Order: sequence, then C-alpha cells, then structure tokens
Amino acid sequence: MLHDTPVPIDTVSHGRTLPAEETLLSVRNLKKVYSTDGGDIEAVRDLTFDLGKNELTCLVGPSGSGKTTLLKCIAGLLAPTSGEVVLDGKVVTAPPKKMAVVFQEYGRSLFPWLRVADNVELPLKNAGVPKARRTELVEEALANVGLDHVPRSYPWQLSGGMQQRVAIARAIAYQPEVLLMDEPFAAVDAQTRADLEDLVRKVRKTLGLSVLFVTHDIDESVYLGERVIMLSSSPTVVQEDLVVDLPEERDQLETRSMPRFTELRHHVYEQIQLAKRGFRPDVAATK
Amino acid sequence: MKKAFVTLGFALGLPAILVVLWWIATTVSPSFFVPTPGELIVTFVETWFGPRLWVDILPSIARFGIGVVIAIVAGILLGMLVGLNRDLRAFTEPVFEFFRALPPPVLIPVLLLLFGPTDWMKVFIIVLAAIWPVLLNTIEGVRAADPVQTETSRSYGISGLNRVRYQVLPSAAPQILAGVRQSLPIGLILMVISEMFSSSSGLGFSIIQFQRRFAIPEMWSGILVLGLIGFAVAAVFRYVERRILRWYHGLKELENAA
Repeated sequence: MLHDTPVPIDTVSHGRTLPAEETLLSVRNLKKVYSTDGGDIEAVRDLTFDLGKNELTCLVGPSGSGKTTLLKCIAGLLAPTSGEVVLDGKVVTAPPKKMAVVFQEYGRSLFPWLRVADNVELPLKNAGVPKARRTELVEEALANVGLDHVPRSYPWQLSGGMQQRVAIARAIAYQPEVLLMDEPFAAVDAQTRADLEDLVRKVRKTLGLSVLFVTHDIDESVYLGERVIMLSSSPTVVQEDLVVDLPEERDQLETRSMPRFTELRHHVYEQIQLAKRGFRPDVAATK
Repeated sequence: MKKAFVTLGFALGLPAILVVLWWIATTVSPSFFVPTPGELIVTFVETWFGPRLWVDILPSIARFGIGVVIAIVAGILLGMLVGLNRDLRAFTEPVFEFFRALPPPVLIPVLLLLFGPTDWMKVFIIVLAAIWPVLLNTIEGVRAADPVQTETSRSYGISGLNRVRYQVLPSAAPQILAGVRQSLPIGLILMVISEMFSSSSGLGFSIIQFQRRFAIPEMWSGILVLGLIGFAVAAVFRYVERRILRWYHGLKELENAA
C-alpha cells in the first residue's frame, strides 16, 4: 500500500524529538507502573517525544493503551514511575501554571454550583488575577468559543456540546501555553463534534496555543492534527509519529474528501490495527 | 389567583378539619384535661404574650439557637477535617459511631453533675446531640467529592483552603444541609428535655410547672408554642436551603425530567 502512494508519508517508528528552541514540551523515557494489590500493572513503558511550539498534535491509540495515564503524567496529575516531562525547560512535578486540561467528562469537570461565567473565572480568581482583568478574560474566552450569550446559565442547563465549550473557555481564559485535551468530544454527537473540532482549530490559531489532543478516533486525529502520534497497545510505547501534510485550512467537507486525507487515514488505521494485534516497534526492532 | 386559592385551600384544609373535630369532641363531651379550641386560644394569648415571652420563650429559643449554631459550625469544621484525611477518619470512626448510638438525653444527668443546672449545660447538651447528623453527613459529603472535580481543581492549581472553599464545601453542601435538617428537631427536643430536667425558666420548665399545678389549658398552650417554634424553624430552614441549593434542585429536576 505504502509504496503505491506518489507522495511518501512522512512517518517514523519512534517519537520525534525537536531542537531545544522549537520545543515547548518534552516527554523523556516516561514510564508509569501502577502498584495494585493484584500486582504491578505497567501502563506506560517508555515514551519519548517532543511537542513543538504552536503545534497541534494528536495522540491516538487502541483503547486501554494508556492514553489517559500519559496525559495525566504530562499534566502533573500523576507522578511518573521514571522518566520526566519538561515544559519550557522546567521538569513537571505538579500541575504547571502554563498548562490547562480539558477532560472528557465535561459534566463532572464543570462545577454545577457555579454559573458559566463563574466556572470560567474560578481558576483566575484562585490565581489572584484582579477583578477587572478577570472579567475581561472571561468575556474574551466565552466569545472565542461562541458562548457570550449564556454567561448567567448554569452548565447543566446547556447541551453537552455547549458544556464542553464552557470547559474549553475555562481552559483558554487561564492563558496556558499548552492545552491538553483528553478525548474531549467522545461523549457528544457527531454534528456537535464536527463543530467542536473546527472550534479547536480556530481557537488554537487565534491564540497561538500548542495543543495535545488525545483521541481514539482515527478520522478526528488526521483531520485535527498537524502531527499524529500513534501509541502501541499497553504497555505503551510510540508506534509511529506521522506528519499530517494537509493544508492548514481544514474544512469538514473539503479536507475529509481529499485523497491525501484518505491515504493518511488509511495509514493510521492500519497502524492502529497492527497495534491492536500486538505488534510492537520495540520488539520488532530487536528481532 | 384562582390557583393560589386552591393551593391555600389544600394547605389549610386538614388543619381546619382537625380543629373542627376537636371543637365538636370537646363541646359534646367536655373534659377537664382537654380545653376547647376557644379556651386554648384565649389561654395562649394570655399566657405567652406577656412577661413569659421574655422569661420563658426567648431564653429557650436562645439556648436552642446558640446550641444548634455551634453544632452546625463545629460539625462542618470537624467533618471537613476528618473527611479530607483518611487516617483521621479511620481513627475517629468507631468513636463517632459509639457516641451517635448513645441516646443524648442520658447525658443530661451526667452533665448536670458536672456543670450544674446552668444555661451552658443546656446549650452543651443541645450541641452534643445535634452535632452528629451534621458531622457524619459532612464527612460523607466530603469523602464523596467527585474525582473529576478534584482533578480539575488540581490541574488549575486550586489547592488547600481554596479547594475547600471553591470545590469541597459547595459539592458537599447538599449532604451537609440534609444533616442540618435532621439536627434541628433533635436540638429542639433536647432543649425541651433539658429544661424539663432542671431549670427555672424556659418552655420545657413551664410546661412541667403547668402540669404539676393542674393548669391544663396553659400546659396545652405551651405545647402549641413549641409546635409553632418547630414549624417556624422548619420554614426558615427550607428558605435557606432553597437559596443555597438552588443549583442542586435545578439539576435534580432536570435529571428527573430526562
């Protein structure tokens, strides 16, 4: 299949590392083992890759491939067993100020006792941002996600897609350099999902953020990402790191009907199938 | 307008029927031990709208109020502390279970010996009895904090007291208030009992006095006062709870409708 494509797919079977000046976030030899009563579980074996400045990277992997574990380690919510995560030259040991996380369970991540604007404002209030500046940032963030008309609603009065927009607004109002998104659209319907995908691309372009987007959806990863990192099955290593050479302007209809989109999607799909069947680049390399 | 009348009719219907039944019963076969509604109203006004308002009713309400407020504040503070600390929870749980199982009135004789028949002894017994539902519900509410909410707080650097204030306390509020709802009648009961045991003033004391002097309508009117206080306390609580938990009731309504 691969040799038939006129334009070769730019992919390597390990995580890419970048020169220091282009790197925002580095993951180095990250390993996470959970100790349970039933014995140790190796969720993540050895992950190394870099996230560039102003880059939108998607992480895909079969279910149970330790995606969430990896994301939590990067977010500073979980301590890795070994290896390290470096953001802007500083090793991450606790949730860093320059990072914001959007969780999959928007319904539980937003605080139901706070109205939309108060939810967005809370992290800023906690950080001691002055009131006037807070109001400004909240209004801006809500406008950016197209929710400036419902600041006084409670999140649970909104649809699922709108709730996830509130969570995104809360994240961008916090002014992070990196936005981590953990399968954020897995729980919304297909049309809302398409809208939210475009919203992520728009917001990233407007604000100049780096985004690490975890998903199990292959189409989504190719459509959204400038790079797709495919993970092996657990214990996780990088299966492949692929550059998405689609035009920067993405469009749900145009982009998705491009031959190149199909080729890339095909390639990622094959790799994930391989991963599911237990193919491991680390094992293949030693053979 | 019509709807309001219907609602009012429903609310007052049963009380009206009961009063009429009581009036018929006491008129057909008068009893020394049960006054007619008319007698009771007259006695009620004569007995309580005078010096007794200051000597008996207000001190009782003050003891109840102070006791219950201390119980609520202490219960919430202690509950937060224990609920957020696994070791402390394991350490205190058996003791809490024991004290909660103890019927609070049995402590009155002991406290009477220790503190004497003072106001503070009565406040103390109210605190001792009313704290448990608040304390145990707060522990449970704090412990049940949603892990996603907690991770959200952590990822935004909301920690320590700020996390308690912005996340833990509001998320536990429905359960804490359920505890407060239980603790209010307990406080009222202990107020009366402690005054019946040992006092020179207060509602419990007066009712016992009236009974011993065979001042039967007065005794009944004291019970009416207690009933009205209990009713008022419940109404105030409902109002406060509705305000604090507006979000919670809205959320539940939506979930039930879905």
